[in-house]
Amino acid sequence: MLNLDLGPLWLTLQLAGATVVVLLLIGTPIAWWLAFTTSRARTIVEAIVALPIVLPPTVLGFYLLIALGPHGLLGGPWKDLTGSPLSFTFTGLVLASTFYSLPFVVQPLHGAFEAVGKKPLEAAWALGASKLDAFFTVASPMAIRGYLTAIVLGFAHTLGEFGVVLMVGGNIPGQTKVLSIAIYDHVETLEYAQAHTLSAGLLLFSFLVLLAVYTANRRLPIHVT
Amino acid sequence: MSRLLVNFDLIFSTFHLQVNLAVPAEGTIAVFGPSGCGKTTFLRCLAGLERSTTGSMALNDHRWQDESQGIFVPPPERSIGYVFQEPRLFPHLKVLENLQYGWKRTDQSKRRITLDQVVQVLDIEKLLERRPSALSGGEQQRIAIGRALLTSPHLLLMDEPLSSLDLPRKREILPFLQRLDSEFHIPIVYVSHDLHEIVELAKTVILLKEGKVVGSGPIEEIFSKLNLRHLIPENHLGALVDTIVVEQDQEFGLTRLAFSGGHLSVPHHHQKIGDRLRVQILAKDVSLICSPPSFQTSVLNLLEATVVEIGEVNTEHPFVDIKLDIGCPLLATITRKSLTTLKLHPGQRVHAQIKAVALSPGTHH
Repeated sequence: MLNLDLGPLWLTLQLAGATVVVLLLIGTPIAWWLAFTTSRARTIVEAIVALPIVLPPTVLGFYLLIALGPHGLLGGPWKDLTGSPLSFTFTGLVLASTFYSLPFVVQPLHGAFEAVGKKPLEAAWALGASKLDAFFTVASPMAIRGYLTAIVLGFAHTLGEFGVVLMVGGNIPGQTKVLSIAIYDHVETLEYAQAHTLSAGLLLFSFLVLLAVYTANRRLPIHVT
Repeated sequence: MSRLLVNFDLIFSTFHLQVNLAVPAEGTIAVFGPSGCGKTTFLRCLAGLERSTTGSMALNDHRWQDESQGIFVPPPERSIGYVFQEPRLFPHLKVLENLQYGWKRTDQSKRRITLDQVVQVLDIEKLLERRPSALSGGEQQRIAIGRALLTSPHLLLMDEPLSSLDLPRKREILPFLQRLDSEFHIPIVYVSHDLHEIVELAKTVILLKEGKVVGSGPIEEIFSKLNLRHLIPENHLGALVDTIVVEQDQEFGLTRLAFSGGHLSVPHHHQKIGDRLRVQILAKDVSLICSPPSFQTSVLNLLEATVVEIGEVNTEHPFVDIKLDIGCPLLATITRKSLTTLKLHPGQRVHAQIKAVALSPGTHH
């Protein structure tokens, strides 16, 4: 029997789950704004949101490390507020992942809201629905495929992150030692059997999640074109 | 008397909408004009989907907009039903749920129209459990009309709602739209480029051109105004006459109609004696004679008329329009040559000949 610590796996799922939740809360209003605004700032915001796609994770990690540090832009106020630092903690990791995976949630939602368009919303308003009501009862259900894609991509992208975690999370068991780091560790110490097990597990898991989602997606009744 | 008061001034990149109107809010108010004249924008302003920053709008005591006092009631609170040019059904909801969407958001005390009524009149019972994507265009539009009606609105806005329907379906829905006002007291602002629909439905007409109102008033007046004739296509110019069916002549297949100036015979029309019927007498189907014909004529309708006004004489155009009074306005298009031969002048007594076959009521166009 292998001496396998499943802690990193559990931690990784927690991190990806928490990140997706935060991203949906932040990403929905950003995507909504991008889809419907006529402001010239739109292109700037779009470019900023897309940055993590092109930046090497280490660059992003480097800036995040500074921002999350005890004297950083985010870490400073956080430390004053809670007494604990952000860097090298689980909370800091969620924050970093949020930036890192932002485009993978915002872009599908943006596209989905654009596909829904203004017309059904106007119809809902004229039928007595407030803007918020129309968002929840018309726009969101019509954008359901966009939400599915956003959740899957956000989750999967966070699952696979390495560089950013290494920079801002370090390698603290139970705190910041996620799966990808654990695999790296095993390889470093030539524990190929453990590395194999974790890698194969992650591979199989990712495949099954994607398969389930795409199957569900196919069966959804709504087609917004 | 209920009134719709409107004052909009809105500048777009392509045109300038300037509408200042007070029209009776009864029956169907048709908005007519060439495409791009601002008909749809006008409707969107009424609904509150566009906002004219210096505008005002009121229906009776509902003041929905008065920018001088900072009043702007947003669309959901206006109690306005809007039937868009395209159905805009919610694809994730079944037909029944689409119909109930606005109904659920209408105060119980304000619901005057029931699901049963709407389902029956629009003949949509078989569609209720389907998804919108499984419906034809005409079916979808009927659901959209029903959905708007079920909010029991104070004002119904319709943007060419029948343009996607086939003729039999149009004929089915038209009488229902006519009844809306008398049954539910819902005035309709009805945008259309189809004069047949307007002749059929409208009590009041608003003519728009390049964002400006070029004429508004009772439809009989608008259709018999010579100075608006350039806005109305050639083969549609003609006075409207409201009549009552008084006799069915089975032997010759004719229906006799009474109107304020006498009687008219038209090809058989299956309506009951006593029913109201609006007919249009196209100007090109009216000819004039100065004394009663000494020869026998095949024309059934020969009416005494007085010349009221002679239209603009354009030397590049062989025809001229004459406005007559036969107890109600009547238009005739004759040649310039005839005008000279007959020496027509206002006040002159003439006879108007109308070929019976020309008197086809709106529904039979």
